[in-house]
Amino acid sequence: MNQPATTAPKETCADCSIYRAARLKKLGVDVDRFDHVVALAGNPNTGKSTVFNALTGLRQHTGNWPGKTVTRAEGAFEYADKRFKIVDLPGTYSLLSTSLDEEIARDYILFGEPDVTVVVADASRLERNLNLVLQVLEITDRAVLCLNLIDEAKRHGLQVDDRQLSRDLGVPVVPTAARSGQGLPELLQAIGDVASGKIACRPHRIQNEPPAIKHALNELVGQLEAAHPGLPNARWVALRLLGGDEHMAEALRKGEFGRSNMTALTSQT
Amino acid sequence: MSDAASQPANSPSADRILQAAENLRRNIQGDLHEHVVEALYADAARIADRAVSRPGVAAQPTFDRTLDRILTSRLWGFPIMIALFALMFWITIAGANAPSGWLAWLLVDQGWPMLRHAAEGLGFPWWLSGLLIDGIYLATAWVISVMLPPMAIFFPMFTLLEDFGYLPRVAFNLDKAFKKAGAHGKQAMTTMMGFGCNAAGVVATRIIDSPRERLIAIVTNNFALCNGRWPTQILIASLFLGSLVPAHLAGLISAGAVVCVALLGVFFTFAVAWTLSRTVLKGEVSTFSLELPPYRPPRVLRTLYTSLIDRTIIVLWRAIVFAVPAGAVIWLSANVKIGDLSIAQHLMQSFDPVGVFLGLNGVILLAYIVAIPANEIVIPTILMLTVVATGSAEVGQGAGVMFELDSDASTKALLQTGGWTVLTAVNLMLFSLLHNPCSTTIYTIYKETGSVKWTALATLLPIVLGVVVTFLVATVWRLLQ
Repeated sequence: MNQPATTAPKETCADCSIYRAARLKKLGVDVDRFDHVVALAGNPNTGKSTVFNALTGLRQHTGNWPGKTVTRAEGAFEYADKRFKIVDLPGTYSLLSTSLDEEIARDYILFGEPDVTVVVADASRLERNLNLVLQVLEITDRAVLCLNLIDEAKRHGLQVDDRQLSRDLGVPVVPTAARSGQGLPELLQAIGDVASGKIACRPHRIQNEPPAIKHALNELVGQLEAAHPGLPNARWVALRLLGGDEHMAEALRKGEFGRSNMTALTSQT
Repeated sequence: MSDAASQPANSPSADRILQAAENLRRNIQGDLHEHVVEALYADAARIADRAVSRPGVAAQPTFDRTLDRILTSRLWGFPIMIALFALMFWITIAGANAPSGWLAWLLVDQGWPMLRHAAEGLGFPWWLSGLLIDGIYLATAWVISVMLPPMAIFFPMFTLLEDFGYLPRVAFNLDKAFKKAGAHGKQAMTTMMGFGCNAAGVVATRIIDSPRERLIAIVTNNFALCNGRWPTQILIASLFLGSLVPAHLAGLISAGAVVCVALLGVFFTFAVAWTLSRTVLKGEVSTFSLELPPYRPPRVLRTLYTSLIDRTIIVLWRAIVFAVPAGAVIWLSANVKIGDLSIAQHLMQSFDPVGVFLGLNGVILLAYIVAIPANEIVIPTILMLTVVATGSAEVGQGAGVMFELDSDASTKALLQTGGWTVLTAVNLMLFSLLHNPCSTTIYTIYKETGSVKWTALATLLPIVLGVVVTFLVATVWRLLQ
């Protein structure tokens, strides 16, 4: 029997990476309309810009040295009939210090409320990269770990169990080699699923902090949630306030939790 | 505090929460930040341990380390670095010759008469075709044919090296020297970019976090001899210095002279950085952790594409934008007459005393003013102005027409008619290193610093140094004679 070429794909198609890749439309800098916002975070020199270019079709300059992305880049792509705006944040080793690039990345992930934060990590240096991943997971509920440079890890004789990692972190983990395009269809699928809420993340949060801190956090979270019911992540805000973050205290005084606060940040970049 | 109207209703609760945070903080033993980081690192280590295994013997675990040991070694690091960059410059200089010739043939030898012919056919008045074709078109054609090939060779090579992962090693090698000069180790990379194009180098200083060290990097970037200045160096060195020695040594001596000028530029980078960091830009040297990333096989095609689009075309386009008005100015100054003499002649005569005092001449000084938009047009402007000044009728195509002489011999003959000596040549090479940045770079400095003061310093400091150095050389030279 001849089937017409336009038949809707069977359900099994959705598992095939060719089918997924075919649903990607690179939109370059056309970021006017979008359904979801994706933030791209990660350590320096893990291939964030390469992932960014692969998804948007843009040719942002990539180079093999840390600290290359000095400004925040934005691009867009369409996947499975949804339009995504993607923001390439500066690469940082942590999100806790006061340096400008870390502040930009930290505030964007919290206040910019991206629908998905993709953390790009170097699979061959997993432990060092996980420090940042865990910090991102402290801030946001919706994240995907892009385990990049998996080919390099293999070359160094490392094997990374992405399923174990996914269980421990509570977010989807996708091994990729962005330079050669390997794993990108799966990454898109994960981004789409987290953005649409099809996958619910249960991100890992620090457990073993000293009791005094745990108590202080609970206390503050209670007060914060009472005063600001819609707060994206009261626990993180509490942690920053407890640490004496002036920037966060200022935001609290002005009641500026939310996307409106981002205008001030965008002009800094 | 902002005015009361913009205060949201819940600000009393904000004060209460902040107060609570303050109180709770006091109950925590030790540093909160440290506790959190410790907890994070412990978790990260535990999770990584569970996920990563090393089943087989590592395939090539020692390759990177071996290479690093050589490339960043105390003994070999510097020689390899200098050899690698010398090789890159040599490939650029040697490889750019032929395509530059073809472009000049196409744009100047073929395009120019064709356009003149067309203008004649259309009945353009002489001044219009002069301004448009002899002035603007030729200036642009010259810039394209001289600038495009070296950039199209240099930038991809640089990007390939960058993609491979060599640049962080360069920064690692130079870190100590820059630190001693009170500058940031990452300045090694921006200086390297400056050898390609100072404007690109200034933009690249964004990788330096500390504003103090970033300013040092911006102000000193001009001491990296940029692509636009290499042709001047090479031509003058081979005409006047190469001819001082037997023919078989000529190439070596002139190349050596150019390398000496480039190294002198590096010396000034350190000297000025040292001075600035001990006077107006005092402060601590900031530490930074430099991760030496793994070497990666460069993606050749991708690199060629991005470096052509990202760097070559953009930088070339900016040069063209500035060459167009410069071409018009050159033509006008050579053709608009006040009294018996053209504006160019008036200016040259008034600059001549100062020029000769510095071991240069009025033509060179005027050429450097005309060529502020792009260093590439210095040599053609000097030749054209020399024709105007000496009235050599047998060469050139007339007043205000930029041209390239057919042979080096006739170029030298023309310059000697204009009173050039070896001293003029040496000082021209020095002045080419030590003068104001081109207008593209000046504008970029202004955009990056947002300060007129720093832009002025970055512009004027090299000129002052240039005047001092050329004056000293001229004085010593005259004493020895």
